[in-house]
Amino acid sequence: MAPSTSSAITLNINGEKYTLPVDHRTTLLDALRERLDLTGSKKGCDQGQCGACTVLLDGRRAVSCLQLAVAAEGRVITTIEGVADGEQLHPVQQAFLDLDGFQCGYCTPGQICSAIAVIEEHAAGWPSAATDDVRPEAGVPALGAEEIRERMSGNLCRCGAYVSIVQAVAQAAEATGTQDKEAVA
Amino acid sequence: MTTTTGVAAVTGAVGSAHTRVEGRDKVTGAARYSGEVPFAELTHGWLVLSTVARGRIRSVGDGPVLAMPGVLTVLHHGNAPRVDTDYMGMLGRPNPIVGLFQHDRVPFAGWPVALVVAETSEQAREAAEALVVQYDEEPHDVAFHSGRSDAYTPGDTPIVKAETEKGDVEAGLDASAVVVDAEYTTPEEHHNPMEPHAATARWDGGRLDVIDSNQGSSWVASELAQLFSFDPASVRVRSEHVGGAFGSKGLSPHQVAAVMATTVLHRPVRVVLTRSQMFSLIGYRSPTAQRIRLGADADGRLRAFDHQAQSLTSTVHEFVESSAVLGRVMYDADAHHTLHRLVRLDVPTPTWMRAPGEAPGSFALESALDELAEKCGIDPIALRVRNEPEAGPVSGLPFSSRNVLACFEEGARRFGWADRDPRPGLRREGRWLLGSGTAAATYPSGVGPSTAAVTAEADGTFTVRINAADVGTGARTAMTLVAADALEVDPDRVRVRIADSDLGPAMIAGGSMGTRSWAWAVTVAANELRERLSLGGGIPPEGITARSNTAEAIGALTQKERHSFGAQFAEVAVDVDTGEVRVRRLLGIYAAGTIVNPLTARSQFIGGMIWGLSMALHEEAIRDQASGSHVGADLAGYHFASHADVPIIEADWVDDPVPGDPVGIKGIGEIGIVGVAAAIANAVWHATGVRHRDLPIRPDRVLCAADEARRRAAGGAGSA
Repeated sequence: MAPSTSSAITLNINGEKYTLPVDHRTTLLDALRERLDLTGSKKGCDQGQCGACTVLLDGRRAVSCLQLAVAAEGRVITTIEGVADGEQLHPVQQAFLDLDGFQCGYCTPGQICSAIAVIEEHAAGWPSAATDDVRPEAGVPALGAEEIRERMSGNLCRCGAYVSIVQAVAQAAEATGTQDKEAVA
Repeated sequence: MTTTTGVAAVTGAVGSAHTRVEGRDKVTGAARYSGEVPFAELTHGWLVLSTVARGRIRSVGDGPVLAMPGVLTVLHHGNAPRVDTDYMGMLGRPNPIVGLFQHDRVPFAGWPVALVVAETSEQAREAAEALVVQYDEEPHDVAFHSGRSDAYTPGDTPIVKAETEKGDVEAGLDASAVVVDAEYTTPEEHHNPMEPHAATARWDGGRLDVIDSNQGSSWVASELAQLFSFDPASVRVRSEHVGGAFGSKGLSPHQVAAVMATTVLHRPVRVVLTRSQMFSLIGYRSPTAQRIRLGADADGRLRAFDHQAQSLTSTVHEFVESSAVLGRVMYDADAHHTLHRLVRLDVPTPTWMRAPGEAPGSFALESALDELAEKCGIDPIALRVRNEPEAGPVSGLPFSSRNVLACFEEGARRFGWADRDPRPGLRREGRWLLGSGTAAATYPSGVGPSTAAVTAEADGTFTVRINAADVGTGARTAMTLVAADALEVDPDRVRVRIADSDLGPAMIAGGSMGTRSWAWAVTVAANELRERLSLGGGIPPEGITARSNTAEAIGALTQKERHSFGAQFAEVAVDVDTGEVRVRRLLGIYAAGTIVNPLTARSQFIGGMIWGLSMALHEEAIRDQASGSHVGADLAGYHFASHADVPIIEADWVDDPVPGDPVGIKGIGEIGIVGVAAAIANAVWHATGVRHRDLPIRPDRVLCAADEARRRAAGGAGSA
């Protein structure tokens, strides 16, 4: 018997269960975009170098182009389509909109998903390469511009919206109450 | 029926900040880009590119591939539909690369040789990778360097004049108290919009329907109609959302491949380029080798000006990177010479990339001006004030408005330029050397004919139809504001439809001409509609529509030098141990006519400045001489600025009224990049005392240059 090249899987995406047969070669990104019509996650490079396809897997950010769909079974998947609360935009989405944190918009879903995770990672005390003092007793550094830039650097933007993206992430972090009141330069 | 009376006039939309009208769709993921519109029975095409840099295709092994699961067809030069590339398009003759699969010749590595179409993208990709193409390989030449003996002067085109000359440059240089004679190089650079090029084509009721990502759907529709000899009325191209373009999104092989395949298969076909394919299929910025000679009096006044720029083109098509055009606008001298030279190599044809010509040209010229200021011992801004021309240095025409000095004045004030000690290599902060630099910026303010229609709807709203393209510029929003002011209504009552060739012809989003061109057409139609509505009466259910076509009015424009201007300021830190250059802040002040939407305009200026930073420090495509193809043709191998590379950047503008101009709007898409690389290079000199004339300013170059400078200072045998 020839080896099977496809399987029926169930994906948990944005709180809904989707059962579908997939080619084993199908990436999570292609399953979202081409099979489930969830085209908010973008394909900028298809090799994990640009971050446009960033989604949250069990609450942590991941590039969905480097994840096979069959391996995503059992994970809690959140895409850009699932971050708002109904009609109420997520604070990160609202800040991007208000501060013009995008131009063409193609990297935007990935930037927003990444930013949501950045704010949570920071709140959980994770250091970054920009953190001066990583000793546990040093506590969580303020989520200043340098920290945001470092933590967001996996998400490329060719239009060059970085300056307002950093402002938007800082503003959203403040709005979600996890940010010190320290101003972002 | 709705009455048109009793509505208070509202204006002031233009000039106040508005978030993007499609912004919510973009932050929620609802906006659909070209590869994201679903179709029943959709098939997927995957291009196969040549692996040799020159030769002929001996065979295409399509037999085994056709037997692979899901494969529907393999198109190549042996079976593809015929197309005709012998036509004149809007921007001249088409690049022969769109004459897909018409012969067996391979002119460069990455030339399209086949298209595999299958039921799923996974099947198409695997089959494309399995397709064996055999070649008769020929020797290739991809070596670009200055002083190639086979360089030639191209002919003039409507877009670029190859050479301008007045006076005797050699005599002018001989008579000059101070002379700068320096060579500058810039590398091959790639657009890399975040959204890869994608097109879906299908036949629908006798019409070709193409969902595409481009800078002008009328343009792409017209090119496709001419290429395939279709009735122009039978071709519809839509391009609702565009994930960045920067000059790269016109007609490319992917649309042609999709149209060929849907014509053969009678099913919708989507062709999406991979990131790596974009490095050979969509054009790029040519590397340049430039020589600048400036001769001046001791007080810095220019007597002789010479800018010669060499770039490359392919063996199949001619494209000139017009780096030497800057001096025709910026600086005058009695002896004045600008020249473009080309070298033909076995490489893809370059194309327009953000500020074509001005971006690499300004690196060389604005660096040379800084060197002249140093030699004359005067401030770089004072040097520019001293050389401010009264009229176009080559044309002699008056400027429509020229407020570059106001930009320098405002920029100097905000940047704190007056406190700057001009001597290099003095400021140190730990292992960082600090410096600052400045440069001028300019870009033409062109305009192209456009049609528009504005309809007063029976429900009291207005619909604007203008075939603009919003490539991230905020065109939809800008046209909403322009129409609202012309109609004297609130922007909330205006709906703008763009990016559909059925809307009628309009200027492309290119050359910083889109907003000026579209705004003109929208304003004319809206003004006429407002006048008709002012006569009173009701609005019938189908609405009242006024139309415009600006072709005649554009033809009647007075001949003038029409340009945007700006001043760029940079502060850098250079790590003396690692050679790393960090930009600490950038400031750009622009004189660019009426700014329609300050929110999105600022974003666009800053985006351009980030391109300049990226060009100065990061971007460089490396071509392997042995294989003729790129090394690292991806976003890891080709680094452009990321979050961590980008510091505090400010952009602002000065008043720039354009007397007598019917629109008052100039372009802002390109000028942000112009001069930034020079300002950064000048700041690196100010920090270190060493000139960098080759981009990008990589750490290894900084370290080697520092070593050489030390050897020279010690009287060693460093080469001159």
